[in-house]
Amino acid sequence: MSEQNLQQRNQRTLRKLLIWAVAMFGFAFAMVPFYDVICDITGLNGKTSTTASTEGPSQVVEDRTVTVEFITQRGEGVNGDFTSATRRVEVHPGEITLVNFFASNPKSSDIITQSIPSVSPGEAARYLHKTQCFCFDQQSLAAGERKEMPMIFYLDPELPRHINTLTLSYTIFDVTDRVAATNK
Amino acid sequence: MQSTLFHRAAVGLTSLMISGMAVASDWTERSNENLRPGVTGVSQEVYDLHTTILWIVTIIGLLVFGLILVSMIRHRRSKNPNPSTFHENVFLEVLWTVVPFVILIAMAVPATRVLIELDDSSKAELTVKVTGHRWKWEYEYLTYEDDNNIGVSYMSNLATPAEQINNPVLAGGLFPYGTAQDAVGSEFPEKDKNYNLEADKPLVLPSGQKVRFLITAADVIHSFWVPDFGGKKDAIPGFVNETWTVVPEGKEGTYYGQCAELCGKNHAFMPIEAEVVSQEEFKTWLAEKKEEAAAAPDLTPFADLDEAMELGEQTYAGACAVCHGNNGEGGVGVAFAGSDFATNEEHLDEHIDVLINGRAAMPAFGAQLSPREIAAVVTYERNAWGNDTGDLIQPQDVQDHE
Amino acid sequence: MSTAAAHDDHHHHAPTGLKRWLFSTNHKDIGTLYLWFSFAMFLAGGLLAMVIRTELLEPGMQFVDPEFFNQMTTVHGLAMVFGAVMPGFVGLANWMIPLMIGAPDMALPRMNNWSFWILPFAFLILLSSVFMSAFGAGNPAAPNFGWTFYAPLSTEYGPASTDLFILSVHMMGISSIMGAINVIVTVFNLRAPGMTLMKMPLFVWTWLITAFLLIAVMPVLAGAVTMMLTDRHFGTSFFNAAGGGDPVLFQHVFWFFGHPEVYIMILPAFGIISAIIPTFARKPLFGYASMVYATASIALLSFVVWAHHMFTVGMPLAGTLFFMYMTMLISVPTGVKVFNWVATMWRGSMTFELPMKWAIAFVILFTCGGLSGLMLAITPVDFQYHDTYFVVAHFHYVLVSGAVFSMFAAAYYWLPKWSGVMPNKLLGELHFWSSLISVNLLFFPMHFVGLAGMPRRYADYALQFADYNFWISIGGFWFGLSQLLFLAVCVLCAMKKGEKAPARSWEGAEGLEWEVPSPAPFHTYDTPPVVK
Repeated sequence: MSEQNLQQRNQRTLRKLLIWAVAMFGFAFAMVPFYDVICDITGLNGKTSTTASTEGPSQVVEDRTVTVEFITQRGEGVNGDFTSATRRVEVHPGEITLVNFFASNPKSSDIITQSIPSVSPGEAARYLHKTQCFCFDQQSLAAGERKEMPMIFYLDPELPRHINTLTLSYTIFDVTDRVAATNK
Repeated sequence: MQSTLFHRAAVGLTSLMISGMAVASDWTERSNENLRPGVTGVSQEVYDLHTTILWIVTIIGLLVFGLILVSMIRHRRSKNPNPSTFHENVFLEVLWTVVPFVILIAMAVPATRVLIELDDSSKAELTVKVTGHRWKWEYEYLTYEDDNNIGVSYMSNLATPAEQINNPVLAGGLFPYGTAQDAVGSEFPEKDKNYNLEADKPLVLPSGQKVRFLITAADVIHSFWVPDFGGKKDAIPGFVNETWTVVPEGKEGTYYGQCAELCGKNHAFMPIEAEVVSQEEFKTWLAEKKEEAAAAPDLTPFADLDEAMELGEQTYAGACAVCHGNNGEGGVGVAFAGSDFATNEEHLDEHIDVLINGRAAMPAFGAQLSPREIAAVVTYERNAWGNDTGDLIQPQDVQDHE
Repeated sequence: MSTAAAHDDHHHHAPTGLKRWLFSTNHKDIGTLYLWFSFAMFLAGGLLAMVIRTELLEPGMQFVDPEFFNQMTTVHGLAMVFGAVMPGFVGLANWMIPLMIGAPDMALPRMNNWSFWILPFAFLILLSSVFMSAFGAGNPAAPNFGWTFYAPLSTEYGPASTDLFILSVHMMGISSIMGAINVIVTVFNLRAPGMTLMKMPLFVWTWLITAFLLIAVMPVLAGAVTMMLTDRHFGTSFFNAAGGGDPVLFQHVFWFFGHPEVYIMILPAFGIISAIIPTFARKPLFGYASMVYATASIALLSFVVWAHHMFTVGMPLAGTLFFMYMTMLISVPTGVKVFNWVATMWRGSMTFELPMKWAIAFVILFTCGGLSGLMLAITPVDFQYHDTYFVVAHFHYVLVSGAVFSMFAAAYYWLPKWSGVMPNKLLGELHFWSSLISVNLLFFPMHFVGLAGMPRRYADYALQFADYNFWISIGGFWFGLSQLLFLAVCVLCAMKKGEKAPARSWEGAEGLEWEVPSPAPFHTYDTPPVVK
């Protein structure tokens, strides 16, 4: 084949491969929403919904009781107390329950916090519906303040029968700096 | 939290346990070449699965290597001057695709079964929250049988003394962070039998009952692993993982584990010491710890500077040296030796405050140390390494600050 | 343009001196540059390993701070993976692919030059942070989070040099992608007439497939480090739980790159071995077609096994089962290749010159590594192996006595073609036997300590691991020193000191590369050969 022809073929192949390389770079970023969607649908990583559930439970399943445990964790930089009023509750799927959490700020300056929920077993996450949660928004804590933060939830009546205990963990993070940076 | 009381109780319990133990769980009795069967049903099954697959791969390996060896001998040029020319055989290709595939299925079946078993952490009698920190584990007892309000939690630090670990032979240069530089050339103490494995406050567990671990982390990813129990789970900040174990009755003893995910400087120095005791002993221990946790903090004043310094030095070594240096020379954390902060009276209040409430990367030790320990540490930091301020901080001072 | 003249009809001389090497667009020169660079990085990475093994000689911290130790393990991994193995294979590709397919050069020679010259700068950036750290510049200075740089250790706790590390990785990635594109364009468009795809030497096939893998996954690595950069400095929260992100997402993105990456590091090795064994067995490669299909299957399967690096992360049962099955599956095509090599040897007429020695050592030791890999695939047992020295043993067996040995095999095999002289036999034999024994002394006991419970990336260990660690360290020093013998072999060849090599340097060698003189002239196959 002629020199020119070869050059053209080379350029064409080069272009196709470059496009593919760029596409894979894009794919890396696309993995982020893919991951979120898959985790949302399957509850794989135990993350619960970040918005309030608007529809209430369709029914209360009286013939089974599920244990829901609450644990709290302070993320790095948070030095106050962060506890739940109760360690565990026994609920019927579909039954609406309120649980209180408490957070305190021992510092001499105000802080803004974000609580991140995590459920174990992960698959139970999508059956946990919260109608009200302090984790949906950032919570500010004034210097020295101790705040009561309620959380209202119900378990989906469709919760698989093999799940009889689930643990909801909240990790509270100090996001004051992050908020300041975004507001600059 | 009340260290002297805890230590007394621990010593008492330990002697009770040692006398009561039928089987010595000597760490050094483990195999040095092979996985150990461990002490739980699951670990035993995992070990059996391991042995099976080890045999399978060994046989496959020996077969292949055997063929190669035979060929090297029989088909070398001097023995076989006329090489064959065959270069394909569909039957053989199919055979050595299908046969390995079948072997794999044979391996996958028991593997699947054990994996399914490991996945089921339901119906646990005891639930413990395990939190990985840089660089220690925190254990919080959440629920035990009907008790939902245990409220017992503590940090578990490496108990091996620094002098056993730091054996520097070079000063400066590649030993750039100053830790234990003065120790170059000195005699190093012999290492404990459980060097790098022993912790100051072990994780106490009952035998014969299912224990569920809720695992998370406070900073970076760590991993909770006790080989004798089988199973390993990552501790991920912001997320909770669960795993479980049942140590059968008759297998009481001390079992060691280590952090299994790179988490920074002291990744190798945050062991897990798990003490499995009978249910009775566990109930007693738990009741004692609950009492201590609920009791008012021990505010017994220090009789003199020496008493405070002694406790301070001990506490400093376990909780502070990793970031602030064995000789107060700093590192990740600020230096104290000769620093204005630790010698100037103006900073005394601030000093106590930072310890209790933390600041930036410095955690709030108010949650991890008792007022007595905090008072001792501040005293130590202000008097050791030539600082000699003469400051003696009493537990009451710390309590008042809080 | 081209004539069939036997003489070199260029009216200008080939360039000389510094300009020749800086501006070269010649595949042989660029191949040489890559190979020397790769060897230099191998020695540098090896030096870091010597620091590691010195510290691990005995329990206790004798020489370095644990912080510095973590920097050693991190940069050792990065230098070896991205500086030694990958550029080494690219160097071999550059030298040999045009020769093997009867092409005058790579399809995109100027891009080829750029692909190489990015690398020394990338590694200057990375390695300078190590020097700074060693001489007390900061606490810490060099990257210290493992070559796998998990978040949040790397994103939130990484040293300042992390950002330079990110730049370095971007540069290496661009180099690899450009190199891979060059290989594909060359193989697709520049084959001599008559050389159909199924007539190509297997080395070209394995590199073609490797090149596709590279284009598919290096950009994903670039994405991962970019996300890391934005998390660190631009307020994103890809991997930060506080902002709604997930550290485990990092692992998924990284290993989506990482697993195909390890196949990128071994497929060319398979090609090399498939060239050498038939030569010295004087028998054609057994099952050429199935070797091609097996390589392609391995490449495809490599995309669906990534989470076997993450079994302990808290994945639900369905996930762990899926990845366990897929990982076990990938051993089938790999096994097929091993059996094919043995069948090639079988009833051949073998002689055991140096390239064949290295090749047979590869087959045996790589199989060892592959078998330990199969053990690691079994999830419930992996819980006991994960993050222990058992894993370290596995990947060093497949990478050192696998990939690196294959590169030594390739060097001894093709040095006559590159330099015109046969490699020094005495030094070569010493190098081989010394390396063979020491590599096993170094890595085999790692299986033991790993099973016995020693975690990896540990600066210090419990007492019962002391005995084996001692011998592992001795093996390490021995293996390291042995490589100086190879340096001597290369230098002698470069200085043309040795027995003159004929065009067909090995009796049973077949292929277009053996039809050109030794050393291969600056320009070869300006006129394409006719392939029957």
